[in-house]
Amino acid sequence: MITLQINGEKHKIDVAPEMPLLWAIRDIVGLTGTKYGCGIGVCGSCKVLLDNSPVQSCMIPVSAAEGKNVITIEGVSKNLQLLQESWTALNVPQCGFCQPGQLIAATALLDKISEPTDEEINEAMIGNICRCGTYQRIKNAIHRTVELKKQG
Amino acid sequence: MNPIKNISRRTFVKSVGLASGGLILACNTSVFSDKEKDENKDLTNFNPNLFVQLNSDGSLILIASRSEMGNGVRTSLTSVIADEMDADWTKVIVQQAVGDAKYGDQNTDGSRSVRYLYEPMRKMGAMARAMLISAAAQTWKVPVTECTAENHFVLHSSGKKIAYGDLVEIAKNLEVPTEITYKNPKDFKYIGKKLRGVDTEEYSNGSAIFGLDKRLPNMKFAAMQRCPVTFGTVKSFDKTAALKVAGVIDVIEILRIAKPFGTLGGIAVIASNTWAAFKGKDALKIEWDLGDNASYDSEKYMKQITENVHKQGKVGKDVGNVNKAFKNAHKIVESTYQLPHLAHAPMEVPNAVAWVQGDSCEVWAPTQDPQSARKEVADYLETPEDKVTINVTFLGGGFGRKSKPDYVVEAVAISKAINAPVQIVWTREDDIKHGYYHTVSSQYLKASLDKQGNVTGWLNRFALPSIASTFSPGVDYPAGFEISSAANVPFDIKNMKVEVGQSPAYVRIGWLRSVINIPHGFSQNVFADELAVAAGKDPLEFRLNLIGKDRIEETEDPIKYNTARLKNVLKLATKNANWGKPLPEGHAYGLSVHYSFYSYVASVVEISMAFNKVKVHNVYTVIDCGQTVNKDTIKAQMEGAAIFGMSLAFYGKITAKNGAIEQSNYSDYKMIRMNEIPKVHVEIVESTEIPTGVGEPGVPVIAPAIVNAIFKLTGKRYYNLPLSDYGLV
Ligand code: FES
Ligand code: FES
Repeated sequence: MITLQINGEKHKIDVAPEMPLLWAIRDIVGLTGTKYGCGIGVCGSCKVLLDNSPVQSCMIPVSAAEGKNVITIEGVSKNLQLLQESWTALNVPQCGFCQPGQLIAATALLDKISEPTDEEINEAMIGNICRCGTYQRIKNAIHRTVELKKQG
Repeated sequence: MNPIKNISRRTFVKSVGLASGGLILACNTSVFSDKEKDENKDLTNFNPNLFVQLNSDGSLILIASRSEMGNGVRTSLTSVIADEMDADWTKVIVQQAVGDAKYGDQNTDGSRSVRYLYEPMRKMGAMARAMLISAAAQTWKVPVTECTAENHFVLHSSGKKIAYGDLVEIAKNLEVPTEITYKNPKDFKYIGKKLRGVDTEEYSNGSAIFGLDKRLPNMKFAAMQRCPVTFGTVKSFDKTAALKVAGVIDVIEILRIAKPFGTLGGIAVIASNTWAAFKGKDALKIEWDLGDNASYDSEKYMKQITENVHKQGKVGKDVGNVNKAFKNAHKIVESTYQLPHLAHAPMEVPNAVAWVQGDSCEVWAPTQDPQSARKEVADYLETPEDKVTINVTFLGGGFGRKSKPDYVVEAVAISKAINAPVQIVWTREDDIKHGYYHTVSSQYLKASLDKQGNVTGWLNRFALPSIASTFSPGVDYPAGFEISSAANVPFDIKNMKVEVGQSPAYVRIGWLRSVINIPHGFSQNVFADELAVAAGKDPLEFRLNLIGKDRIEETEDPIKYNTARLKNVLKLATKNANWGKPLPEGHAYGLSVHYSFYSYVASVVEISMAFNKVKVHNVYTVIDCGQTVNKDTIKAQMEGAAIFGMSLAFYGKITAKNGAIEQSNYSDYKMIRMNEIPKVHVEIVESTEIPTGVGEPGVPVIAPAIVNAIFKLTGKRYYNLPLSDYGLV
């Protein structure tokens, strides 16, 4: 039995300890907002926050998440919520599939740097592929969120 | 017969997925379309395929028959009805239709959804508005001429008003009006405006249900190992190790179905979760009969088709006398261009949930073409189509891959075999290695210039495995539709010849976003740039001259192309980019213009190079796609197309050795990422012409514009893609 704390809720699950966190979240716990895109850590679709750091959940075994705080796209965080508003306001998503991972990466960025430069955005978002090519809007939505926060 | 009817009191509304109640209008869109199948044209029976329902609580439900895959179609189409109807955008609910011929053509391909449905949508909206106005006039006992509609209310000249929802009970008993007036386009509130996508929130909070997210009680998960070589088959397999993986339930063989959209076949591992299925799949030991395609070596193949375009081919078009033009030439220019296979690689891998129960089957799948999925499933199960329900989920990208329902058939085959609901999930590796690849091509172009630098003769000889080979195995020359986009170049050249060379297929060839326009758009635009250099002219001036005087070109297509519109987008793109004005040191422009899916697109790109690496700074794209429906969707599609075009220009390359695809994932089939993006500036031409394609035509212009810019900057011409092969990215 492994106990996971996801979005503030505890889940006791009976899985092999080496099962990637991604599949435990999607198939066992049943939260499907976190996506599978590559399974080898190169696309970012599966990103979640693990004790506030962005991680590729396809790359870490579920056992490594035990005792830690996992936040997924379904979770609540101040920056995530503000970013989601900007995402909607700027019509960022096209097919939408990569966006949970993008939003988690952007949340981690704003949690760390309150006013990121373009370079800092690039660095934080480089691990997230968007096949639809919504990058420019993602960047704009991050900037917009920062602006709104500054204005209070 | 009126193609639109009030069906509020008819019993069949349930069968189209609407609850009864409210005012329901139905329309037979085939009356408007130039392409729907003939059986739908039988107007003696009313076969509606488009539905809109207004309920007494004011909610407005619209059934979307086309798939949403990032193209914004659910938003665009809905906005047309809502606008004509003077409805409140926040009251609109979009419901996704299952796959059924009763909805008309549902294939979300070829960039035509908006084109076919624009007029019927407007008409329905206008009718609903007229009916609500007469319902209000009846209630108030005033003439209709004293009433107007605004934002979900009918207003009377005296100042009183009544909500749409409150008029439903009366309106539903009215006949549809025979005469309607459309809104003046200048009064449009939604059409042609920036509009928030109807699904944006679900996409941003993780609640949107893609195919991969569908869950059923007791659902199993499956993964499948397919033969590395296309159409190879299983000789024998050992499932012992796979069955030992915790969570694996069963291992079964799925036979290949030798149809265009049939499964490739292989060994399926069924498990209690996706990861166990993947692990079980890795543990399989399979001996394959590799079959005829095992000899495929894409590098050798490129050499072979290149030889084929360097000798006489089959004639596809012959106008004037090219040989004479070449003989009398002041200058001859000739070049050969080679482009590799590409894979769609949509962010969401192919997947589907199926549940076969007796002779019935229900499917949940991200599909661009639910009707074709339904047909394949019914054929497979040997059951009538009405026993098969195809529910369309959100699509995590399609780009043409998800109009081919082989993965749906796989889910059905497995569900039938194990007698339980099952979700098949392709790994990313499966997706890259077993796709329907964009063709690989070699193209030889030759042209003659006179003393003034005018093009007097043009020969285009190309070879590429045809999409037709997927449907008729053995086809080994490009098909008519692949020739026409080379033959219908909008250039004013007296002597023109198109020839095709032999090019058999060794993998499944399929259409990928903008299809044949990728190779043709590339060769035509790079070659035109070379000709401009040979003629000693500015590429813009040369190109305008090459397109020639304003004219409407007669083709067999229902929509004619207009060279004035083509020149216009080119002029606007260069104007937006400040073409001809000095750029920062070390920067250069390249331009490109292409007509596809009846739309006109030009792009100018600005690049620089540092340490021999290309950096794209700006892309100025202009599109003329007729009357616009949702400007922001079009803009987003152009932005996305620039990135899609850059990905293929920089990295796109699928190769085969011994019949097997060499790439495996986004690690070796790379995509543009955030740090590489340019600023994309989009202008959309204002127009009242018929709405034309938006999803695809922004792609083909990007790669040639980049190559032209590199030449401008370095004097080096690159003929092949991707640029990563030259170490340029
Ligand atoms: S699925 Fe984890 S990085 Fe792609
Ligand atoms: S929105 Fe489709 S992959 Fe990013």
